[in-house]
Amino acid sequence: MIVGGGLAGLAAAMKLAELECDVGLMSLLPVKRAHSACAQGGINSVNNLTQQLGDNEWKHFDDTVYGGDFLQHQPPVKELAYWAPKIIDLMDRMGVTFNRTPEGFRDQRRFGGTLYRRTAFAGATTGQQLLYTLDEQVRRWEVGGKVTKFEFWDFLGPVLDDAGRCRGCVGQDMVTMEIHALPCDAVILASGGNGLLFGRSTNSMACTGAAVSRAYQAGVHYANPEFVQVHPTAIPGADKLRLISESARGEGGRIWVPKKPQDPRQPNDIPENERYYFLEDRYPAYGNLVPRDIATREIFKVCLQEGLSVQQDRPCVYLDVSQLPREMLDRKLSGILEIYEKFQGVDPRVTAMKIFPAVHYTMGGLWCDYERDAEGGLVHGSPRNQQTNVPGIYAIGECDYQFHGANRLGANSLVACIFSGLTVAPGVMAYLDNLPAGGRAADQPSSLFEQAAYKHLADYKALLARPADGPNPYSLHLELGALMTKTATVVRHNPELAAALGKIDELAEQVNVSAVVDKSNWSNQNVVFVRALKDMIPMAKAIVKGALQRDECRGAHFKPEFTVPDVTATEPVQRRRQAEDWCDRFEANNKKWLKTTIADCTAEGGVNLSYEDVDTSLIPPRPRLYGVVGGQVIEEVWKERRKKMMNAE
Amino acid sequence: MLKTITQKPDSFLVRILRQDGPGKKSYWQRFRVPYEADMNAISVLQKIAEIATTVEGEKVAPVVWECNCLEEVCGACTMLIGGRVRQACTALVDHLLADNPAEIELRPMTKFPVIRDLLVNRSRIFASLEKIKAWVPVDSYLDMGSGLRQSQEVQQLAYQYSKCMSCGCCMEACPQFLKIELVRKPGETEDRFRAREHTANMRSFMGAHAIAQVELFNTNPIGAMTAFERLEALTAEGGIQTCGNAQNCVKVCPKDIPLTTAIGREGRAATIHMLRKWFDR
Repeated sequence: MIVGGGLAGLAAAMKLAELECDVGLMSLLPVKRAHSACAQGGINSVNNLTQQLGDNEWKHFDDTVYGGDFLQHQPPVKELAYWAPKIIDLMDRMGVTFNRTPEGFRDQRRFGGTLYRRTAFAGATTGQQLLYTLDEQVRRWEVGGKVTKFEFWDFLGPVLDDAGRCRGCVGQDMVTMEIHALPCDAVILASGGNGLLFGRSTNSMACTGAAVSRAYQAGVHYANPEFVQVHPTAIPGADKLRLISESARGEGGRIWVPKKPQDPRQPNDIPENERYYFLEDRYPAYGNLVPRDIATREIFKVCLQEGLSVQQDRPCVYLDVSQLPREMLDRKLSGILEIYEKFQGVDPRVTAMKIFPAVHYTMGGLWCDYERDAEGGLVHGSPRNQQTNVPGIYAIGECDYQFHGANRLGANSLVACIFSGLTVAPGVMAYLDNLPAGGRAADQPSSLFEQAAYKHLADYKALLARPADGPNPYSLHLELGALMTKTATVVRHNPELAAALGKIDELAEQVNVSAVVDKSNWSNQNVVFVRALKDMIPMAKAIVKGALQRDECRGAHFKPEFTVPDVTATEPVQRRRQAEDWCDRFEANNKKWLKTTIADCTAEGGVNLSYEDVDTSLIPPRPRLYGVVGGQVIEEVWKERRKKMMNAE
Repeated sequence: MLKTITQKPDSFLVRILRQDGPGKKSYWQRFRVPYEADMNAISVLQKIAEIATTVEGEKVAPVVWECNCLEEVCGACTMLIGGRVRQACTALVDHLLADNPAEIELRPMTKFPVIRDLLVNRSRIFASLEKIKAWVPVDSYLDMGSGLRQSQEVQQLAYQYSKCMSCGCCMEACPQFLKIELVRKPGETEDRFRAREHTANMRSFMGAHAIAQVELFNTNPIGAMTAFERLEALTAEGGIQTCGNAQNCVKVCPKDIPLTTAIGREGRAATIHMLRKWFDR
């Protein structure tokens, strides 16, 4: 049973069906409407063009771990980078409408955190196009009888036997409200991120993180909860913050603010020399395409600390594509430009867009395993690949933690979703083959499933029976979202995080008695929402506690208190000494914090944290120096140290 | 440029056609919603879920509706807004109030059976994609190199059709597309009922979206190898011959898909297909 019908879930379903497995596919809504449709910019892989400019798979791998601040285990990332070109080829064969060059090859654009044009794209709705193609393939298998869909179903939890092995799952049909325990030999979670924990984000309404939270509460480890990506460019809105893809910058879009604070003139009337292109100024190599965590912090700083926000009443900066050729904009970016036009009533082809950062991607996720081969890649078809600590439960796509470390690079999520979906399939088949005789779900006593269904039915009935006049769950969700956005996103401070833990406990008390107004036993979305809200609480605690305990800066996790001072001295000897100090601190910090956070849910819904070493055996960690003042001398010192270390070895 | 309001009200009225379940009687309810900047029909429904009280002061269940992406790429939130079929997410309150300051009216689509309130059963849309075999029949998911090269022009044409998000607007607007609403018989299991519904869906008119998907897959170089099968479906019961050429579909498509162009091209292809079959007999 696959839970979640986005790119990862669909890729797994079609591959498993090809391997002659009978697959169930459970989703909150028809799979064609999954959140993957919102991915805009593109999908990364090394390609013929970049290779001739000196690119190779290893560099894609290197960019990904460097961009992720070395927090990922490297073997799965290496495997991903080497598979990526084949994945794009496959999607191409299946009919994805990738943009073309005049000669008919797939066109590529440049994305953040790399200097190569690795990103294939289909207009500015690449995720949608990839999703539809996989949806089509899965429909083909559905007609062929290998895939059974459970659409409009809510995953309530896994069914575990006494030995702790997964034997199935419990789901609720959200139309009829019937609850069923479904025996299955493996459960693959592919349910995406948890952006709704932050109230408004770039995520879709299905991204409550509830399915993941239910697995976490059933004993699956949750890894790196504190790593939350805030995308630099989104349109503020009352119901959600709509993404304006990084591809706008990949195609030449520039970010700027007027040099004169809150300049009242229209952006087109502000001359070039009165504009401050702060990313280009501060990061000459990458310019507007620095990694997302850095772009986000710079926009925050410019608006909130330097007082250069375009508007007084609302923080925002300009994202400007109006200088680019109209024909190109229509051919490559119309999807996102139309979104801006539809929601803001302003044509971005003519006038610069006003944007601000928004919560976007969950780097953390369910902990999962892998089996390393001698070359540092994965053992293909190993049952350990993508398997969580609970035997028989797998995690793929945004809901796993495997590929992006402390910060995800743009256009790497689509490829990671499809890769993990395709790669989990042979592993699951091996897992099924290795089950002992009589060890299939169908061989288990029916009481196991009856009890599981009964427990969830009782919970559901208790929810329905709740008074209609308790605290308002919709208001509580907004409150939780505001708290999480304020304390646990771009800039984090320990006293605020500690206080937030207490506030979450207070909110939890309210959530536990919150009102259920709808008493109907038919298509009751009220109950489904209240239940998802309840399951946001343990996840919120894991995020905040993870952030509180991690006293360092790494990728998207930023605590000003723990920044390392830049190299500012001009006198060479002193400058050298500062760089040595910088590197000392870097090494000491890695010893302490280059570790995966592992969160375990306690019986009371609290969280226990432990830490696990990261496999960095392929690419040794090095300082992440995008735009750091004095970066050059730090790099020199670091290289000398590496040389010494290598000689000593 | 759409009309927008100049004066922001403190609050506004929303009238919603509700229905508690299939076969139940529908009824109107009115809500007063406080005005905020940047609202759309989705944030109105979210607000109503929070208030859950009618203008008469009656405490009621939150309105049931379907939505997901809120940026008009998923197709979930289709409904009738002020009588017009469209996505709720792009229906901005400032524009709706400019059209009708008295109230905003929300109703479920009329061509699909209501499940509850604004939530309708659109399984028929996906059944028609099955019927026309809307996929590229690749040999396997193994590594066989890239797809074929294609011109920018061909890609741009295909992209227009591949943006279809199965939202159902074109079906709602089509005079030939008639509602099919089956009632579960006493003693009929859920699975049996769904199977019967599926059979009925497969025989009924496929609608403009499916015809456009035939155009998409029959112009794909690999898809074209099985064009015959899609043309068979297109000319079978519920196929393109049902189209009455009212051309309403193309006017309501939120993604500006050239549906009537596809219908024209596929109509010709269907005619040739029929003739060829006749001569080959």
